[in-house]
Amino acid sequence: MTTTTAPTRFGLSRTIRLGVRRIGFELRQYFRAGDQVFFTFLFPTVMYLIFATIFTGDIGGGPDTISMATYYLPGLIAGGIFLSGVQGLSIEIAVEKSDGTLKRLGSTPISPATYFIGKIGEVFVTAILQIALLLVVAVVLYRVELPTEPEAWIRFAWVFVLGLLTCALLGVALSSVPRSGKTASAVVIPVVLLLQFISGVYIAFTSLPEWLQNVASVFPLKWIAQGMRAAILPDSFKAVEPGGEWALGMVAIVLGVWLVVGIVLSRATFRWIRRDG
Amino acid sequence: MTDSVIEVRDLRKDYAGFTAVDGISFDIHRGETFALLGPNGAGKSTTIEILEGYRHRTSGDVRVLGIDPQRGGLDWKARLGIVLQSTGEAGTFTVRELLTEFAGYYPNPRDIDEVISAVGLEQKQRARAGRLSGGQQRRLDVALGIIGRPELLFLDEPTTGFDPEARRQFWDLIRSLKAEGTSILLTTHYLDEAAQLGDRAAVIVGGRIAAIGEIGEIGGPEARTPVVRWIDAAGVPHEQRTPTPAAVVADLHRDAGEPRGLEIVRPTLEDIYLGLIRAHDAAALTDVSEPA
Repeated sequence: MTTTTAPTRFGLSRTIRLGVRRIGFELRQYFRAGDQVFFTFLFPTVMYLIFATIFTGDIGGGPDTISMATYYLPGLIAGGIFLSGVQGLSIEIAVEKSDGTLKRLGSTPISPATYFIGKIGEVFVTAILQIALLLVVAVVLYRVELPTEPEAWIRFAWVFVLGLLTCALLGVALSSVPRSGKTASAVVIPVVLLLQFISGVYIAFTSLPEWLQNVASVFPLKWIAQGMRAAILPDSFKAVEPGGEWALGMVAIVLGVWLVVGIVLSRATFRWIRRDG
Repeated sequence: MTDSVIEVRDLRKDYAGFTAVDGISFDIHRGETFALLGPNGAGKSTTIEILEGYRHRTSGDVRVLGIDPQRGGLDWKARLGIVLQSTGEAGTFTVRELLTEFAGYYPNPRDIDEVISAVGLEQKQRARAGRLSGGQQRRLDVALGIIGRPELLFLDEPTTGFDPEARRQFWDLIRSLKAEGTSILLTTHYLDEAAQLGDRAAVIVGGRIAAIGEIGEIGGPEARTPVVRWIDAAGVPHEQRTPTPAAVVADLHRDAGEPRGLEIVRPTLEDIYLGLIRAHDAAALTDVSEPA
């Protein structure tokens, strides 16, 4: 019973095929576990319901007058992208590292890349559903008028894909910071919440003091929120952005840099078990 | 092609401030069940984790299925089955779902129904892993370890928390794997388990091998000398170590008739093991008391 397995049988196509298969496995886990469904999946919708209910009335002037419910929508979409990627993945992976799931996977013939594909696929599916729910709530409950021009949706799509990919990889990288699964939420949630407050998710970005705007501009969330405003708000609203422009080129550059940082950090820090030195 | 599935030469593992494994060497032959015994903290788990590829050694040479575990790729992992010491994850998946998922990672997996029935979880195959009892979860761990049809199976304390009947069933399962030619490295705190399943054993104490050999010979002939015990007419208990217990008993009977409380005891693996541990502890004590 000698096995002479050709290494090619364990190549890239197998890595991808098993990774795609794992997406379904991860999704079943996600929706069965329950806690993620509330704190990550429904959180932006719940926050949106609160904001859109408290802050009624309109903003802007002339033909570009929009409701407050419309005004809040791009920020909460950005928040959802950020939560799904950074918070969702970092806590999930930290828990799997400490409860033995990763150690067991590490004993099987799957590569970390397969595991990452499963996780990132899970994040894309859940984030799409999450944001679809948010949009439905906005349109049905608050009569928000979504943009109709294709350019707006093209913007929406690339900011979503690039933003979520970046956030997912940063989530993978961040998962090695908490020392145990039990402390993961305590480590991650305050950081994520703070960034949401200073990045224009809950509070208009330009109402922050300039130094705080500068701090927030280092991190990707501020740029995702700005990209989403560019997609959903009327073009005249760019006047109140810093510099009076949507600065989409800068959005792409900052997210691209963070994506590279996320890939490098994920590859450098990911282990099936905690290393003993 | 070597006939050893595991070769370990002068393996060392140092952590900051202490040495967990202090120069051990052993081989495990193809088809053999090898028991690695020793008290907690003796270096068993560190050794196993080095063999499984989880930890890097400080020095020495290790080959598992002919490959250095530090360089083992996916093709190497596909030939191993690993039952880790303690797990307790994926509580939301059922037994069948987990096995189906894991079977997909291997090039030539076992049949899922066969594995479920081999570990006796037919009644629980649609139950979520988190709702299984401790012993059932352990059987699921074993099922996941053998689903890939491994050539070499690592079993790290596989029956901890089993009731006696479950342990017997588990032994039958291991014997059937053995009959199929699977090589097995077993660690356990149950010496009767090692005696039942093992072909050979090594006892690790303080990071070193204190004894190694066939299960029936470990510790040497001296440690295996049978003991005859009886109580004489005056009610005094006697104990005699002898290589010829039948002759001793014949003499007793000729001189005084049927003795009370007669026993002929061959030291069990457990007695021999405890003797080895005591000898090591005594030696360690002498080391400490000697001025450096």
